[in-house]
Amino acid sequence: MLSRAIRRSIASPLRRNAFAPAARPAFRAVTTDAASSHADREAVPKEDDKPFEIRLSDESFETYELDPPPYTLDTTKAELKKIYYDMVAVRRMEMAADRLYKEKKIRGFCHLSTGQEAVAVGIEHAIDRQDHLITAYRCHGFALMRGGTVKSIIGELLGKREGIAYGKGGSMHMFSPGFYGGNGIVGAQVPVGAGIAFANMYEGKNNVTLALYGDGASNQGQVFEAFNMAKLWNIPIIFGCENNKYGMGTAANRSSALPDYYKRGQYIPGLKINGMDVLAVMAAVKYGKEWCAAGKGPLVYEYVTYRYGGHSMSDPGTTYRTREEIQRMRSTNDPIAGLKQKLLDWGVTSEEELKSIDKEARAQVDAEVAEAEKMAPPEPTGKVLFEDIYVRGSEPDFLRGRIPEENFYYNQTDMGTGPKPVART
Amino acid sequence: MNTRTTATRTLSRYLLRPQISVLPQSQHQSRAKRYSSAVAGARLNGSVEYDTTPILHHTSRSTLSNPELPQDVRKGRTKRINLYTAVNEALRHALQTDERVLVFGEDIQFGGVFRCTMNLAADFGTERVFNTPLSEQGLVGFAIGAASEGMRPVAEIQFADYVFPAFDQLVNEAAKYRYRSGSTGYNCGGLVIRMPMGVVGHGALYHSQSPEALFTHIPGLRVIIPRSPVQAKGLLLSAIRSNDPVLFMEPKVLYRAAVEQVPVDAYHLPLDKAEILKTGKDITIISYGTPLYTCSAAIAAAEKDFGCSVELIDLRTIYPWDRETILESVNKTGRAIVVHESMTNAGVGAEVAATIQEKVFLRLEAPVKRVAGWATHTGLVYEKLIVPDVTRVYDAIKQTIDY
Repeated sequence: MLSRAIRRSIASPLRRNAFAPAARPAFRAVTTDAASSHADREAVPKEDDKPFEIRLSDESFETYELDPPPYTLDTTKAELKKIYYDMVAVRRMEMAADRLYKEKKIRGFCHLSTGQEAVAVGIEHAIDRQDHLITAYRCHGFALMRGGTVKSIIGELLGKREGIAYGKGGSMHMFSPGFYGGNGIVGAQVPVGAGIAFANMYEGKNNVTLALYGDGASNQGQVFEAFNMAKLWNIPIIFGCENNKYGMGTAANRSSALPDYYKRGQYIPGLKINGMDVLAVMAAVKYGKEWCAAGKGPLVYEYVTYRYGGHSMSDPGTTYRTREEIQRMRSTNDPIAGLKQKLLDWGVTSEEELKSIDKEARAQVDAEVAEAEKMAPPEPTGKVLFEDIYVRGSEPDFLRGRIPEENFYYNQTDMGTGPKPVART
Repeated sequence: MNTRTTATRTLSRYLLRPQISVLPQSQHQSRAKRYSSAVAGARLNGSVEYDTTPILHHTSRSTLSNPELPQDVRKGRTKRINLYTAVNEALRHALQTDERVLVFGEDIQFGGVFRCTMNLAADFGTERVFNTPLSEQGLVGFAIGAASEGMRPVAEIQFADYVFPAFDQLVNEAAKYRYRSGSTGYNCGGLVIRMPMGVVGHGALYHSQSPEALFTHIPGLRVIIPRSPVQAKGLLLSAIRSNDPVLFMEPKVLYRAAVEQVPVDAYHLPLDKAEILKTGKDITIISYGTPLYTCSAAIAAAEKDFGCSVELIDLRTIYPWDRETILESVNKTGRAIVVHESMTNAGVGAEVAATIQEKVFLRLEAPVKRVAGWATHTGLVYEKLIVPDVTRVYDAIKQTIDY
């Protein structure tokens, strides 16, 4: 038997090709077209705050053991303009970070989300302030959307005391109320998110938690551990894989045996979403929020998106993918350009108004970036270095410096009262 | 949340259980055929006399004379219980008084491998006391998330040997949460991770380890090891009340073996103080957990044989530890020995010894000695050879005095 099997495999080395799928599946696959939704020009009201309906493309979602969300979305002109403003602001902020990094003012690790704005903005416009979000590396946009200011985020990257985490975290470590952080440990935020969602469920709160991770992190063991616990205990959480097609420099299909990340929950219903279309993201997350509120348990989402830059600032991002691919995504699938196109097509706004929104967003971001640059560096004191390791008042007598003279004695320093824990929404 | 699984690992845990319940008797009667039992007729290395050891409070009066207990507790009653019951009582009190307290871990719903969580699920409901899957990394991450939302989760790792998948969560998430979140002020201070640790007679490679030194490297965590039921109850209640994440490591051999009079009422013991168990003037022995019983036996023999006077200190909080008490003592005695069960290399003893030589160098009459586990793995039949025994501590006292 064995010898025959070997002989056969040697005899026809091309045989493995026989297993390649013969044809595309019958259903329509999710695209990353950023301008695929429709609204009737006549149906768009004059008033800014009057709701009207948008029809999403039938290529917005693919489902796994789940009925698809409604392919319609109620919104207003004001909301659409705000969404546009937010995406422009996030991109402008990321570009400012890029510039400051190249000017060597931001040092260390820096991961930009340029190209992925629709995910952060779409999610924020679908959830409430009371809902929770936790993510990993590419977190600047989320920090901004969850209530951080451009000033505090850029200040953080610059290592300033007024940064959102006192300048101690930098790129991956930003928190704000309802936002449990970026996280520098790949996948570690996913079970933490499950715990947050469980605490909310335990306290009888009707809010939802979103735990995001990248396509690279989706192969971490603890992601599956979190899936299991969430389903087992019916926890209201939407796991979300931001699939930007490359985990660092490795393409999704080279790292994952099953690159359909929305099916990775196995026993958890999944949804694949066009993550370049902010309206599709918004509709999907709204649907997920209702699903969780109804006590139906967790969901696994996959936001198909694309990052224009490299994984981090040291990665040119062109060694594992072609320049043409990036160029194609930028010119035809850009989430901001896509929304802009739609707003004009539907008569939601005019070219002039969009220009003024662009201008306003840029001016606002640039002004705050300039303020952040002017912020004072942190005081070079032991207090700043050794605070917040233990809860104030319960610190050990001292923690070590490099030499005994540098040891920091808590009882000889006024540590103050420290930040008040944010109201846990 | 059922317990039906055929995973080899679970199976091995169950197989281990009845043996542990047999162990305490073996401590008293030197029966043959124990994997690692005392040599018959040995002068120093007999079995630990838990019934008479001065480490435990055998009378109500001796328990209540503890000045660390609050006044009302000192006027109250005591009850003779073992260490796992003390842990159970602490958990019960915490669950009763604070609805933010959650207790979960692998197989804890029916009481856990060591019975620490007996009847808690029945009394407080499976919403608060529940089994988790066998996924340490996931469950510790889950506990950190719940703590960051204001819960006070007490998560159990079934054996300290299984904590390593969760090492990342503890070091990178739990310890750094407060520091990382800056002005937003998030923290996971309510977190307590309990785990049985140390040798048990037959635990072999994966049920015997004492990984405390690995966590004493991490600012932000508190590492606590109780020596007795009274200590376990008070320290665990303090750990749950503490606003820092705490690792609470319980010497598993003491769960049933250590029995003493424990106050019936709830009380809190300090998380930042070492305790002087016995005062002396010639030499200071610093230890924690199970080896304290070994030290106590060695001290009794040494004081009789050499006419010296030995001070014994229980570190209790392994990190951040109470330097003041130790330095004061060594400043007085001029000699020090650190005894612990886990390995010598980069162990707690290294940190304590280095601190002593740094601070009271000119007072030292002899080098600080470390009596600790050999730097090897805990093979099934070698356990008794590997961890410090009475003879080794006795010899260390002799060498230090004679130096």
